[in-house]
Amino acid sequence: MNNGSLPTVDEILSTMEQELRPMVSTDSLIIGVHSGGVWIAERLHQSLGLSTKLGSLDISFYRDDFSRVGLHPQVKSSHLPEVIDDRDIMLIDDVLHTGRTIRAAMNEIFSYGRPGKVRLAVLVERSGRELPVQADVVGQHLQMRDDEYVKLTGPDPLELSITKKN
Amino acid sequence: MPNPDIQHDSNGALKHFLTIEGLSRETIYDILDVANNFFNFGQREIKKVPLLRGKTVVNLFFEDSTRTRTTFEIAAKRLSADVININVPRSSVSKGETMLDTIRTLEAMHTDMFVVRHTSSGAAHLIAQHVPEHVRIINAGDGRHSHPTQAMLDMFTIRQYKGDFTPLRVAIVGDILHSRVARSQIHALKILGAAEVRVIAPRTLLPTGIESLGVTPFTDMREGLDDIDVVIMLRLQLERMEGQLVASEQEYFSHYGLTEEKLGYAKPDAVVMHPGPMNRGLEITSSVADSDKSLILPQVTNGIAVRMAIMARIMGGSSEGAGQ
Repeated sequence: MNNGSLPTVDEILSTMEQELRPMVSTDSLIIGVHSGGVWIAERLHQSLGLSTKLGSLDISFYRDDFSRVGLHPQVKSSHLPEVIDDRDIMLIDDVLHTGRTIRAAMNEIFSYGRPGKVRLAVLVERSGRELPVQADVVGQHLQMRDDEYVKLTGPDPLELSITKKN
Repeated sequence: MPNPDIQHDSNGALKHFLTIEGLSRETIYDILDVANNFFNFGQREIKKVPLLRGKTVVNLFFEDSTRTRTTFEIAAKRLSADVININVPRSSVSKGETMLDTIRTLEAMHTDMFVVRHTSSGAAHLIAQHVPEHVRIINAGDGRHSHPTQAMLDMFTIRQYKGDFTPLRVAIVGDILHSRVARSQIHALKILGAAEVRVIAPRTLLPTGIESLGVTPFTDMREGLDDIDVVIMLRLQLERMEGQLVASEQEYFSHYGLTEEKLGYAKPDAVVMHPGPMNRGLEITSSVADSDKSLILPQVTNGIAVRMAIMARIMGGSSEGAGQ
């Protein structure tokens, strides 16, 4: 697979928006995972016209590789401006790969309360899962080799690129 | 003084937290930024994160402490560590065991981190030199030498209320001679580029050669507090004084006790700090300590977030960054 065959982020976002529209209500919460997931969440939050405030999560304090790699030097703040108890949450990330980020994000969400329902929407779902995590909404499926790496750059413009690991 | 470099590993990563000396401005800001995240935990239902889950932290205090030991304990618990508090005056040391034997005994129980306070300068450094590779040491105050986590929480508090350090003029007032807090604060303020750091004290409580740390000494409060943004009062450490260093408590108070009148010499928006415990009516009046210019209670609260950030920083793996 090469960059030429990838749809643009705008194209993927409009597919996601159509799929998400019947799944959310005016009371639903959208929460993005730093950094790429927040960019995607901002765009979807705007196009879906939700009245609730957008949330963001930095999962650094919940990573399972802390004892190996330590804290990310630029930890951002998690910001969940709405009460999450009993709420319907759409968690948003840019790339679903191993599933470890989503595991950490769910742990963090539960530190704020007990949500009613949590679903997951991702811009890109790629191969390489290491945990039983699936997305409810997928913008783009990518079958990739282990030595390939997909990255979202942004926030303006938002672009997807695939590189080989050195 | 002990070699501060043992607090970094061979890759330059921070491994122990023993002294402010030798820390880069970037490292200090990284820790303050992470602390800021922990500070915002007040809004959360569950104030714990799992970073130190399964780790054992021993608070080993060879000297009394209330707020430092308590905030270290809360900090470690918020990081999900198991915490043991040992007050040594009441344990085996009074039966003749040496400090290193105490450490080895506790190590044998698979301790991952020691938070050490000791009356002797260099105690935490000495311990750091004798523990196995995986064990981390935090200096919670050693003699007159250093109290680096207190200085970090003071820097956090100053940044919270004043922002940028570079235009700030800071005065540290009182018993400089016996103060490990003052030494650590001076190093931190110099690394962070504060415009001016002054020390104000009677000559008998000013260490000789203090100017070599890059500070300006004053013996008069009116001159010393002129144009000051941050006033840090120190406790008069009467218990450490040998011989007659201050004429009388009344005379000390009349010259150096921070009253509203003396605070008037500083800038109108100056803030007042004190590492605690305070001698009310000796180095500071209640009317100043309890005023809206006082940051004394925020200092205590901030101590938790800052100590969480320091523990997280030294307990994490040492390789660069984190992946996808």
